[in-house]
Amino acid sequence: MNSVGAGPAVAIRALRVERGRTAVFDGLDLDIPAGRITGLLGPSGGGKTTLIRSIVGVQRIAGGSVTVLGGPAGSRALRGRVAYDTQAASVYDDLTVVQNLEYFAAVQGVPRADAERIVADVVAQVGLRGHARQLVGSLSGGQRGRVSLAVAMLGSPEVLVLDEPTVGLDPVLRESLWDIFRALADAGATLLVSSHVMDEALRCDEIVLLHEGRVLAQTTPAQFLADTGAADPDAAFLRLVRSNGGTS
Amino acid sequence: MSVRRVAATTGRVLRQLRHDPRSLVLMLLAPALLVGLFAWIFSEQKGVFAAFGGGILAVFPFIVMFLVTSITTLRERRGGTLERLMTTPIAKADIIVGYALAFGLLALLQAVITVTYAVVVCGLEVGGSVWQLGLVAVLDAVLGTAFGLLASAFARTEFQAVQFMPVLVFPQLLLGGLFLPRDQMPDVLHAISSVLPLSYAIDAVAAVSAGDGGWDLWRPVLVVAAVAVLCLVLASLTLRRRTA
Repeated sequence: MNSVGAGPAVAIRALRVERGRTAVFDGLDLDIPAGRITGLLGPSGGGKTTLIRSIVGVQRIAGGSVTVLGGPAGSRALRGRVAYDTQAASVYDDLTVVQNLEYFAAVQGVPRADAERIVADVVAQVGLRGHARQLVGSLSGGQRGRVSLAVAMLGSPEVLVLDEPTVGLDPVLRESLWDIFRALADAGATLLVSSHVMDEALRCDEIVLLHEGRVLAQTTPAQFLADTGAADPDAAFLRLVRSNGGTS
Repeated sequence: MSVRRVAATTGRVLRQLRHDPRSLVLMLLAPALLVGLFAWIFSEQKGVFAAFGGGILAVFPFIVMFLVTSITTLRERRGGTLERLMTTPIAKADIIVGYALAFGLLALLQAVITVTYAVVVCGLEVGGSVWQLGLVAVLDAVLGTAFGLLASAFARTEFQAVQFMPVLVFPQLLLGGLFLPRDQMPDVLHAISSVLPLSYAIDAVAAVSAGDGGWDLWRPVLVVAAVAVLCLVLASLTLRRRTA
């Protein structure tokens, strides 16, 4: 269990989200523990981004509740405490790296006196110090993604919700990003990181497997492999999907 | 609303434009060049530019600012940055007012350039004073900006935004009194023209050109300003934090 008095960072009850006439979620329940890295895993189209958008409060929901840090998702009081990094880098291509971060720092309400230092810190953390004055549009895809991640790190948010932050990155960069995620979690932040790459499951404290709008399993990486008896996460996931397809 | 967030947004939009010289040139110089072209076309017809030059001055800044604003804000929507902003403490009005101030400043520069060019280079003569002409040109451009901010809420793609031109802008152009005085139009069209904001923009310029002061000038000016404010309020109300 978590430390004394700490409930889950995110509590989802009977969530229903509709897209057109079909339901993406129909009665989804999920708790995400505080202060840990939870991996949200599953194939594309399984509802990862919709779930993430519901947690940050930009998804229109048809029923149920999403509670983050004790308040309704997306409520005013939460907006400075929950950071969101969208799947496609959501930064301004026609601004430099630093200009992007300065703008979002002001928007986040980072104290003016600290803004410069904090911006320099996050730029260094994502390894872009050499590109600080470069236009984001002239960076590579992976670098743009890191600018977008740096924006999410501004203002020391308590919950970071990151949609596929490591997609398309080389192994070295992926490693360094996971080091950052680990450091943020060690400092007390809650991270929810989505990925469709099953290998990333092994880096998380806890994993949630989402498939066709349902939570197939919520477990630890080690337990996941043990339960399914598979050698690697990909095989484990396939086994899980097959066994569920038979029973549900 | 927060002064810091509005100012940061205004600064950010202006900084983006600085890195996009083509749009900047389009915004600042295009209306002046179009006025110049118009004057040139009628350079051998006595009195035409004098009669229509003012109206043209009302229309081009409106169209240019409408286009630039609706495309720019749509880009914000499509690029994911608007969704990200919606998860931050920024108020919807901060975004809209921030945009309006940035484009308002450009509208001011544009009006100074366009009016100066029309009066000094093209020899446009106005009965009223030149600053009144400038004021009306700024207001028309701000109206275009406010209209663009509002229209972009109803477009999902840049292609749709451009389609608002023939739907929202061209009818206003035709009915605004530029081609035929509004009171000489069929009754139905006259009635319709009376609820279109661009008609008042053109009325205001006509009043300045004719040297009318008082209510003839200030009534249309007030209408244009009020509609611009209304569009901005509606634009921030139609901004949604949650989308499907």
